[in-house]
Amino acid sequence: MNPAIATGDALLLERLQRAAFGYFMDYANPVNGLVADTSRSGSPCSIAVVGFALSCYPIAVERGWIERAQAAARALAALRFFRESVQSDAPDATGYKGFYYHFLDMKSGGRVWQCELSVIDTALLLSGILVCGVWFDAENSQEEEIRQLADALYRRVDWLWARGGMETISQGWKPECGFFHYGWEGYNEATILYILALASPNFPLPADCFASWTATYQWESVYDIPYLYGGPLFMHFFSQAWIDFRGIQDAFMREKNCDYFENSRRAIAVHREYARRNPHGYECYGADFWGLTAGDGPGNEELRESGRDRRFFGYTARGVPFGPDDGTIGPWAMLASLPFAPASALAGARNLLENYPRSVPQDRFSSGFNPTLCAGSGGWLSDGWYGLDQGLLVMSIENFRSDFVWKIMRRCLYVRSGLARAGFSGGWLEKENRSE
Amino acid sequence: MPRDTYDLVVIGGGPAGLAAVRGAGHKGKSVALIERNLLGGNSQNAGSIPSKPLLRTARWYADLHNGEKFGGPSLRDIGPDFGAAMARMRRIRARLAEGNSAQRLKAAGVDVYFGAARFAGDDSIDASGQTLRFRKALIATGAVPSHPSIPGLAEAGYLTSDTIFDIPECPKRLLIVGGGPLGCEMAQAFQWLGVHVVIVQNEPKFLPLEERDAAQLLSDALARCGVEIHLNTTIAAVRCDAGAQYADLINNDVKSTIAVDRILAGVGRKANVGGLALEAAGIDHADAAGVRVNSFLQTSNPHVYAAGDVCMEYRYTNAAEASAAVALHNAFSPGEEKVEALTIPWVTHTDPEIAHVGFYIWEARRKGIPVGTITILMHDVDRAVTDGEEDGFVKIHFEDGTDRILGATIVGRHAGEMISVLALAMTRGTGLRSLAKVVFPYPSRTGAIAMAAEAFVRTRVSRGNRSARDLGVDPRPGIDDARKILD
Repeated sequence: MNPAIATGDALLLERLQRAAFGYFMDYANPVNGLVADTSRSGSPCSIAVVGFALSCYPIAVERGWIERAQAAARALAALRFFRESVQSDAPDATGYKGFYYHFLDMKSGGRVWQCELSVIDTALLLSGILVCGVWFDAENSQEEEIRQLADALYRRVDWLWARGGMETISQGWKPECGFFHYGWEGYNEATILYILALASPNFPLPADCFASWTATYQWESVYDIPYLYGGPLFMHFFSQAWIDFRGIQDAFMREKNCDYFENSRRAIAVHREYARRNPHGYECYGADFWGLTAGDGPGNEELRESGRDRRFFGYTARGVPFGPDDGTIGPWAMLASLPFAPASALAGARNLLENYPRSVPQDRFSSGFNPTLCAGSGGWLSDGWYGLDQGLLVMSIENFRSDFVWKIMRRCLYVRSGLARAGFSGGWLEKENRSE
Repeated sequence: MPRDTYDLVVIGGGPAGLAAVRGAGHKGKSVALIERNLLGGNSQNAGSIPSKPLLRTARWYADLHNGEKFGGPSLRDIGPDFGAAMARMRRIRARLAEGNSAQRLKAAGVDVYFGAARFAGDDSIDASGQTLRFRKALIATGAVPSHPSIPGLAEAGYLTSDTIFDIPECPKRLLIVGGGPLGCEMAQAFQWLGVHVVIVQNEPKFLPLEERDAAQLLSDALARCGVEIHLNTTIAAVRCDAGAQYADLINNDVKSTIAVDRILAGVGRKANVGGLALEAAGIDHADAAGVRVNSFLQTSNPHVYAAGDVCMEYRYTNAAEASAAVALHNAFSPGEEKVEALTIPWVTHTDPEIAHVGFYIWEARRKGIPVGTITILMHDVDRAVTDGEEDGFVKIHFEDGTDRILGATIVGRHAGEMISVLALAMTRGTGLRSLAKVVFPYPSRTGAIAMAAEAFVRTRVSRGNRSARDLGVDPRPGIDDARKILD
């Protein structure tokens, strides 16, 4: 490989990763550890973003961007908040049954927007909490408290209650109306949710819940690429920001002679192929301009653009190959592919940086970019940044550079236990278990 | 004057009943048909037949309004003529009904009795005061619309599939309760015919039993044509006020009220077993599921069979006719044909159409069958591209490790025609390898099926020999790759 390119890539990744991490320093409340969903004024906290932040603080320490004590202080602030905040069925609580509301007030930590008690976002928060519980292993009172709080917060989550009387786990609950009567269907970001729920020492999901979920999987050959289908890219990335699925297989992947890591690579290939085909004729789509995922969008309206009548959407989960696709990509999605398909990821990121720099303001990737809408003025761009995107980027880049988060979670007993209960075996899972 | 004893008495003159009497006639059997309302049943009068002309006219207006898609002008100022559309539907319904008239049946040797039917004993049926004795009987009374239990709905009044096609004027606003095939078809048809349609479905997606991505594409299509969609929503109550009907909607914790002019309840159908005195003939039945039958469509009375909507899980005209043939055969040659052996495709006639045959993926997985799917996107099918009809896909499910076709779902403008190829292949036991050898016309939409079969062969032949690069995937990063890039 050309050393100059290699050096350039290394510097580029360092620059972009550090800029992404900067979001958590710029948009967090250091008193309670809460982190804003977006950089927009008045944005509430998203508990999932806190989960990503907690996972990124150790990375920042390792990279020398912040001091360990500073990271510990931020982590401790958040863990203390989640431990002490109100857990009840009152509509203005912070959580209930160990779960938390999706969006909280940045100052008070109370529920906002009449949002749902979110099962998946609690799982993402807990993933960050467990990272802290493993990584902060120094023998001092601060880090000892982090470890204790992390364990206590994970143990108290009542996953069994969250089934809401269904076979699989519900997506959410509201005091106003009870459980949402739909669960998880088809492959998506819920893998980590199931792993954590299966491993719970106090409220473990029955092992067959995972099989009930995987029974809804769709293994499809699209553009001659056989893979486990999930339309938006984030579904293939989120769980793998924490868990290293290389070489370990559950029953489904054993049947298909594949693993979830390889599957993500194939999903990326499908996205690139779709962009090359560009069936709707959107501007800029191609082998280095792709990445349909959950993200911000121009808003729900029908407009005439580029000589055709077009329909656009707001924040929604765009996907390939069945849509929805309104010409909006998540600019961060290509770079977030780095652990799985580094050449494609870097080529795509460079394409944006060199040809569409508006989509990477201050080296941070925006949530949505649509070059078809307002094509004459450079396209539509989402305002500001979303914390989820930044966190995923920091973690994905770091896993590519050093397997960092993956190594941490391999040491987490709950993750190993959850994987085993879900039927995963082989690879590092067997080696870790043998070494114990 | 009835015969002394009929070889076969059929109750119900819908598709199943008509297929049975015609089949019995061809076998030289003496046959009587009892019908209490209209020959042709729901399919002829209130279902398949009347809905299709309306859908065709509606689709014509949709294409007219989106002419640019096809290289012409988009003529959005031309408003739909609802009256003309309904008049055309009624002409076509009447024309097609002629083939099922009482005169034609009598000419074919069928004794037709109009009126209610009740079993009088193990081997006799009362038909409006006349006693018909039989050697074999077939219950083909079909199904009737289910009535949603929504407070205030009955008092406010609502339409069903039995009455929607006879409305005298076009409502400005129409609420459709239920997102099954009927509800979705009517939502699209009426929206394109100038009605503001609101559709309320209490599930996360339309067509709850259908393939997930198919349901999503349908939802997108309904939204594109302007239908106001409420998923995960129930109707708490309905009331009338000043000539309008108001429905209170609940979506989790979000409450709202909409005002409409008419309400169409499309919440499914239940078996029509009322008033038949089935107990008198020792025939087991349940209210919603209907007459209980075994695999040979034989009831608990060994001389009585059932077919069609009154006993079948899948309530489609072709299923009714096919099951009638099975029941008829078994009535005179007991235990020879099983209804489970039938391969029955079905279609939701929206635009795009959604057609299915055989297993869904989840059905195969629940049975422990390893299943793979070949997916062809319509945007890769030349004929779909030339015709500007690229929404949709062909998905063919196969048993992993073999080329046996387990099932298929097709979404596209002509999916209902295309699915026949897969139905034929499955009925004949033709696998994907053999299908790949069939020469299809070009360019054609059925070419998508050829593409799927060829993709199967291509990927199976090279399976295990294909590198990541062959798949179009970056080489899998090894342990040292990060170091090579970064160090």
